[in-house]
Amino acid sequence: MTDTLTPVLSADWGTDRAWTLEAYERAGGYSALETALKMAPDDVISMVKDSGLRGRGGAGFPTGMKWSFIPQDNPKPKYLVVNADESEPGTCKDIPLMMATPHTLIEGVIIAAHAIRAKTAFIYVRGEVLHVVRRLRAAAREAKEAGYLGTDILGSGIDVELIIHAGAGAYICGEETALLDSLEGRRGQPRLRPPFPAVEGLYASPTVVNNVESIASVPSIVKNGIDWFGSMGTEKSKGYTLYSLSGHVARPGQYEAPLGITLRELLDLGGGMRPGSELKFWTPGGSSTPILTAEHLDIPLDYEGVGAAGSMLGTKALQVFDQTTSVVRCVLRWTEFYKHESCGKCTPCREGTWWLVQTLQRLDEGQGKDGDIELLLDLCENILGRSFCALGDGATSPITSAIQHFRSEFESGLHTPSRELFPPAASTLFAPQTVGGK
Amino acid sequence: MTLTDLTKDELRELAGRYPQSRSALLPMLHLIQSVEGNVTNEGIEVCADILGISAAEVSGVATFYTMYKRRPMGEHHVGVCTNTLCAVMGGDLIFERLKGHLDVGNDETTEDGKVTLEHIECNAACDFAPVMMVNWEFFDNQTPDSAVELVDKLRAGETVQATRGATITSWREAERVLAGFEDGLVDEGPAAAGPSLAGLEIAAERGWSAPSVDEAKQASSGSGDATSDTKTGAAEQADTQRAETETKVEESPADTAKEGEDD
Amino acid sequence: MTVDEVSTGSTGTAPVELVTLTIDDVEVSVPKGTLVIRAAELIGTEIPRFCDHPLLDPVGACRQCLVEITDAGNGRGFPKPQASCTIEVAAGMVVKTQVTSPVAEKAQRGNMEFLLINHPLDCPVCDKGGECPLQNQSMTHGQGETRFTEVKRTFPKPIKVSEQVLLDRERCVLCARCTRFSEQIAGDPFIALVERGSQQQVGIYEEEPFNSYFSGNTIQICPVGALTSADYRFRARPFDLVSTPSIAEHDSSGSAIRVDHRRGRVMRRLAGDDPEVNEEWITDKDRFAFTYATVGDRITTPLVRNPETEQLEPASWPAALAAAAKGLAAAEGKVGVLPGGRLTAEDAFAYSKFARTVLRTNDIDFRARAHSEEEAQFLASRIATTSLDVTFADLEKASTVVLVALEPEDENGSIFLRLRKASRSGVKVVAIASHATRGLRKMNGELVQTVPGHEPAALAALELDQDAILLAGERLASVPGGFSALVAAADKAGARIAWVPRRAGERGALEAGCLPDLLPGGRPLDDVEARTDLAAAWGVRTVPARRGRNTTEILEETRLGVVHALVIGGVEITDLPDPAAARRALAKAEFIVSLEVRESEVTEVADVVLPVAPVVEKPGSFVNWEGRVRTFDAVLHEPNSLTDIRILAGLAEELGQPLGFRTVAQARAAMVELGPWDGARIPAPTVEPDTTAAPKRAVVLDTWRLMIDDGRNQDGQLELKATARPAVLRASEATLKAFDVDPGGMATLSTDAGIVSFPTEVAELPDGVVWAPANSGASLRAALGVGYADHVTLSTGSSDGKGAS
Repeated sequence: MTDTLTPVLSADWGTDRAWTLEAYERAGGYSALETALKMAPDDVISMVKDSGLRGRGGAGFPTGMKWSFIPQDNPKPKYLVVNADESEPGTCKDIPLMMATPHTLIEGVIIAAHAIRAKTAFIYVRGEVLHVVRRLRAAAREAKEAGYLGTDILGSGIDVELIIHAGAGAYICGEETALLDSLEGRRGQPRLRPPFPAVEGLYASPTVVNNVESIASVPSIVKNGIDWFGSMGTEKSKGYTLYSLSGHVARPGQYEAPLGITLRELLDLGGGMRPGSELKFWTPGGSSTPILTAEHLDIPLDYEGVGAAGSMLGTKALQVFDQTTSVVRCVLRWTEFYKHESCGKCTPCREGTWWLVQTLQRLDEGQGKDGDIELLLDLCENILGRSFCALGDGATSPITSAIQHFRSEFESGLHTPSRELFPPAASTLFAPQTVGGK
Repeated sequence: MTLTDLTKDELRELAGRYPQSRSALLPMLHLIQSVEGNVTNEGIEVCADILGISAAEVSGVATFYTMYKRRPMGEHHVGVCTNTLCAVMGGDLIFERLKGHLDVGNDETTEDGKVTLEHIECNAACDFAPVMMVNWEFFDNQTPDSAVELVDKLRAGETVQATRGATITSWREAERVLAGFEDGLVDEGPAAAGPSLAGLEIAAERGWSAPSVDEAKQASSGSGDATSDTKTGAAEQADTQRAETETKVEESPADTAKEGEDD
Repeated sequence: MTVDEVSTGSTGTAPVELVTLTIDDVEVSVPKGTLVIRAAELIGTEIPRFCDHPLLDPVGACRQCLVEITDAGNGRGFPKPQASCTIEVAAGMVVKTQVTSPVAEKAQRGNMEFLLINHPLDCPVCDKGGECPLQNQSMTHGQGETRFTEVKRTFPKPIKVSEQVLLDRERCVLCARCTRFSEQIAGDPFIALVERGSQQQVGIYEEEPFNSYFSGNTIQICPVGALTSADYRFRARPFDLVSTPSIAEHDSSGSAIRVDHRRGRVMRRLAGDDPEVNEEWITDKDRFAFTYATVGDRITTPLVRNPETEQLEPASWPAALAAAAKGLAAAEGKVGVLPGGRLTAEDAFAYSKFARTVLRTNDIDFRARAHSEEEAQFLASRIATTSLDVTFADLEKASTVVLVALEPEDENGSIFLRLRKASRSGVKVVAIASHATRGLRKMNGELVQTVPGHEPAALAALELDQDAILLAGERLASVPGGFSALVAAADKAGARIAWVPRRAGERGALEAGCLPDLLPGGRPLDDVEARTDLAAAWGVRTVPARRGRNTTEILEETRLGVVHALVIGGVEITDLPDPAAARRALAKAEFIVSLEVRESEVTEVADVVLPVAPVVEKPGSFVNWEGRVRTFDAVLHEPNSLTDIRILAGLAEELGQPLGFRTVAQARAAMVELGPWDGARIPAPTVEPDTTAAPKRAVVLDTWRLMIDDGRNQDGQLELKATARPAVLRASEATLKAFDVDPGGMATLSTDAGIVSFPTEVAELPDGVVWAPANSGASLRAALGVGYADHVTLSTGSSDGKGAS
């Protein structure tokens, strides 16, 4: 039985100057790279495949399998692109990782590039995190100076160039094909698939797009082996992962644990909800995953467990809200977010979010009309599965799940503003009952 | 304002960093902002010229991303996260307070030109809610009072240090770093702080850690390969509709035969 | 059912592999690669759509065409409705459209509702009302009432994306057809999607309007009324218009057009759908330049010059024809005929027969432009009667297409679009030219940099294969040895040649025998059998055998008094190789008959002026550059408007030698009956290149007409002209500096005849070569008496002409 918390990626975040190459090497950094460079690329792919590592960016697609899709008989250059556009509301794991130990990611990048035979790799980091961009650039520079990047890495004959690329503010660029268009200097709008990035990705060349945490997990697998990795987690959701706990909890933060831990366990570790607080609803994996309630406190937080509860593990972003919170207000805010971030390419998402926001605003103001709830559900039905990419689907998740669990609160929106039912001040971090309460 | 030859050289340098020059457009626009204070017409034309694309295409990109500004910006950009969690945790009240205190609306600049206020979307620091950003540096766990104090310091030209980051310079200098030029401030600030270390600290307190390789070996004897080897299986395991569609489409006969060989 | 002729964009003649699937319980077999949306059309099911366009890459953006696919062909269905415009058919696939699937039906209805929430529904005042895909499909696939009662998105309206094209953003459904056309088809991405999400809109960069030669196509493919033309906006309702198919007259492409008119007035022109020729695109010139015959200088009655007052005076048709006949008879066969290059094939045939049987002369030449004997020999030996040897479709199948003295984007927009399409699928485009133009770059073309006049050497150096095609423009006539080298280069590789004249009527005139030594149907004048054959067909004893004079010779010998009278069709004096000499000749002519639509310089000196019908008022045929006969009917029926045929027939009757036909139909029948010559052709030319060096202080002139310029057939279209490219002189920096011209400053070109000034633009031309537009701001022919590959003097400044000798 493994321990409840298993810090691997976060193990060195408390180390002094953890972001430097010196600190990373002192902690054994880049030894996995040395091992991997001695392995045949296909063996690295097999290892990652056999480890059971699944994408940590939301979709949970097996990482090694993604790598194996790269057609090695294609004469075009292969590319590795790290999706560091962490923007899903509630999600806040990749940013601290890159801020604290960027070399973990870079070591993973080099191993992954070697596996798929990419000579150029990119880290596409969202632009709104200046200090993370600084740390990444410095780490890439240091790694290159030390011979971990560039030509003939550690005398292996393998070349990998790494380009740190800052985005410019667009949630949709977290969608992998939109990210590729953005990385090509275009408007970040999703592409038609097929062709899939593995066949025609960046510059119409075979490309792997992986989340930061997925790639950063690779060195530990190479170093400790697949049995080690598989000793954590559940049968189909192997390994450890970063859970991000936020909201009305006593101790928000990053919790690295084997897949399958429950929210109740995580809350208990940090002292539960904030003082005087009761759990009302929570998201298991960011705002695009249907909300859950207290009745779901004991579901295992792995891909299967959350799916069985009618939601998705997503990015393991556990946003927790207490009884002071208006679910209508939250849903309106999320919907406004999706409207703001809709790329505009397809009709259901672009126009649907426009309509949903206006309907929800009405309910939030206590001026809802008869039939508004049915209207919301029908509009969601006309968006879900009809839009071009998953952004539209995600926009419907909070609405349909909130109505499912808290229909009466929406019904109140026909006559009472949410701010009267749930005075916003009571929900804040600095609300009287909690200030100094900790 | 006219872009100097030095800036044009730097723009070309950025274009040269990529396998295909157009990839540099986002960094180039960041650099334009750092020099011009916003994305100017001249900047658009110079980017179009260097990359050999139309100005309309550059304009299409410059207006897609929220970090690009078509109006002159203040010395500092102050962002208040009002996405759901931060809003609930106090972001809304902070933003209202700042609007009143600075006498500006959203995306407007104070009369003294010091601060442009904007409400922003989730900035990936939810465990530090409510969050503010100054020139895209983190200011964690804010309150209306701390926010007012912060902007007053900025307007007074006092030195301000990010909670997890460096000493605040200016929005333009930040844009230069985003464009791809280091500013030497990387070693300021902590590796991690507060909530980022929550799990690590609890693990330390309780003596928990990831298993050693030896422990794992003993534990894993007899564990079968439960990971699917096929795309279908992978899709069944993957839990979002996107992954499901991806796989289904990949497997449809409309896809290339080559894809099939991967299975 | 099986349908084996579906446009899938594939070329080649390999047998088509068919795929069988089921759509709405109907089994259908379609070529592999067909999109589901088009497969459904074949069983008669129209799936609603907006962004889908068969000639644009699939995008799947509007989501209107969602269908249910219950079996993807592998036994498993898609969990969600799929966009039928992006999914290719698969064997065994089972598709359920809105006809049989409630899921698809609801998805489509829901999407239509979304599309309409931010649409102004201003159909009663919208140009598109009555022919609007959004309006029509919302009636067939939408619901009568909306549930949306909230606030619609509004924009100040409209935006001028160019002087010619306006954008009402509120009406736009963001299907991106216009932006994709501009990027994918025209290569002019001056409009783009800007902003994001619900604020996304089509826009331009404010300093750079949508000045594309093909911009009007975006108006036509817009599925709503978002894009309109300044020209047509608010002028008519679709249901008030009568539509008549026709053929465009502004270049030699033979593009299909549709002319919409109301009460005898043309309101607009649209692209016709002809996959073999122009696909669904036309140039802005073909679309918008249709007012030239209604700008106030139309000749409305016959005119006869009063010998006493020396003024032209209106006359009756009988009087005018009698006067003309009298004057021509007095010339006793010493008559030259200059029919011009804009005639229909039937009109040209009438000129040819009129010259040879009525006037008994071979002095006829359609070439109102630079020309040569070598060219005539080339046309007779290699082009006449070779219809469809090279086609538009062939351009897509070629290994390489070589452009010689031809700038397709300006001189034949349809060829440009087809070559751009071809280049996107791997056809190599090579231009023998002085510089890489924007057009060449858009075709991913390769430049064989050549000083104008040095084409023979460049052609000789080409390494081609038999799948190559050489396209030669009419400008090659200005290069001694040019056509000879062209033939040699093609023959060496076994490659094919096509000749691309600029004007719509030239190829038809060639086939009709409007060249001095070439009789109709490619019959060589010098071939006695050909003459006998023709005389028999025409029912005359003989056709004259004496070699004819070309345009230059006719004019020269008119000046010398050898030729006494002239019959002149639609000819602009300033187009002729030497306008000054032409004016001197016309002044010397004893008698001139002019057959013209509008008053011109010829009118001023003509003795009898006979008004002829503009294209819009007559039936006829243009033979396009492929040799394809493009027949059209009259669009407007004006009883008083006569064809050249009818007038020449009347004149012939007055002269006692009837033509044998009076109508276009009769002329066409006579042409068909005559048929092409199947005897020997004359040999191809073998002219040596001119190797004389340029005079000192002179530069070589590269020039052609920009598509939109000062040509008279664009008169009356200010908005179109406002989209013209700026008139600049291009030269290398070294050339400019060598002649003391400030790069970017003004430069002057001069000859003994005059001077012309242009702003300069540095471009990579060979040193000693300058390029200037032929007729933008000033006609180089008119002002300087020079054209392609001629020598001119270059100097700085715009007035004093100090560099001139």
